[in-house]
Amino acid sequence: MTILLFGITKDIVGSPTLSVPTSNISGKKVPNTVKELKTYLGKNYPELNKLSSLAVAVNNSYAEDDTIINSYDEIALIPPVSGG
Amino acid sequence: MDSRYIRQTQLKDFGPKAQEKLANSKVLVVGLGGLGIPVLQYLNAMGVGTIGLMDQDAVELHNLQRQVLYTEKDLGRMKLEVVHEKLTHQNSQTQFVLHDSFLVKSNALEVIKDYDVVIDATDNFPTRYLINDACVVLNKPFIYGALHGFEGHVSVFNYKDGPTYRCLYPDMPGDEEVPNCNENGVLGVVPGIIGTLQALETVKVLAEIGDVLSGKLLVFDGLNHQFAKIAFKTKVENKAIKELQESYDISDCDIVPTIDPESFLSVRKKDGQYLLIDVRTTQEFEENHLEDAINVPLDQIDSCASVLEKKNTVYVICQSGKRSKLAVKKLQAGFHNVSFYHISGGMNKMTSLCP
Repeated sequence: MTILLFGITKDIVGSPTLSVPTSNISGKKVPNTVKELKTYLGKNYPELNKLSSLAVAVNNSYAEDDTIINSYDEIALIPPVSGG
Repeated sequence: MDSRYIRQTQLKDFGPKAQEKLANSKVLVVGLGGLGIPVLQYLNAMGVGTIGLMDQDAVELHNLQRQVLYTEKDLGRMKLEVVHEKLTHQNSQTQFVLHDSFLVKSNALEVIKDYDVVIDATDNFPTRYLINDACVVLNKPFIYGALHGFEGHVSVFNYKDGPTYRCLYPDMPGDEEVPNCNENGVLGVVPGIIGTLQALETVKVLAEIGDVLSGKLLVFDGLNHQFAKIAFKTKVENKAIKELQESYDISDCDIVPTIDPESFLSVRKKDGQYLLIDVRTTQEFEENHLEDAINVPLDQIDSCASVLEKKNTVYVICQSGKRSKLAVKKLQAGFHNVSFYHISGGMNKMTSLCP
């Protein structure tokens, strides 16, 4: 699945999108919930773990940690921004 | 009614009634910067009756690329005074209320209570969370706008039963998490777009027209021209706030030795035994720096032991004073025999003192 990145998450990853595997051919666990996705991303990009308030949108709705995610879902990471 | 507003009163979905609502409204704009300027120019033009202005900054050269009401002639003048003067020329019917201060915990409730709607046109998290909490306590809606580089956010928080800022972002980010415009930069036109959208939402709330952007966060990406609308729900605990928090200062519990730019300049004249470290990026350093400064970007600060040799006093500077504070915290932990000071206000302040 492809994750859209906004704000500082785009800067941390260094790209406006990020691809996350959805099949476990490699035997690795694939994220099934928002919380598992955050853990997965945090392992690959430790800087993301520093964000205390990171909104995750699934199909254009704010998602809680226990929200189930599927490969066809549209997912976005939307951290708070402060500039004015 | 005079013909001044006829182009909007002739709209079927707006009309003289909505115009009258605007005329009877009181709006507070917190922050007279990149977002506040477009908000104000439109609200004032469109006939909002009473507008509160709040800021305590002076106009600086690096403001001009996005704060388009200010001119080169205004450099050094107080924003409050300049905005008041220009908006009075734009619309002499508007009542202006001038708040010559920043919004802080001790004045927030007292100032906000007299207004119908608050515009969050600030540039930092502590003030955004303070506006949120004060508006929840007083039961006022507020129109939120924020920027990051080429991106912007807009939403209407605490509108009737709608969600608040904390329903989206429950906790204030720490000092190191998210950079502000001073560090990250912002493309001049982006606050113009976001601030103008804030003005639109303000008018909709006041005139009670259309579908207010409540429970939805509009995320704009100017580079790819994308608008995403993210729906989110009210969390009851965030609507139950009855008083402000003890503190809204991110670094309240960290005491970092600080020197103001004026004092630094006088120390610098007298004593040559100090070291001055500029912790901005190499690119920023190349653009402008104090002649006696050496450049150690913040992300390399851990490896600067060699330059500290035989120094007793080290001053640290950055653009706004945020990164230098972080650098001093890190340096203090690593080098106990050296006195470190961060220079408050950073190069922003310094360049206004010695251009």
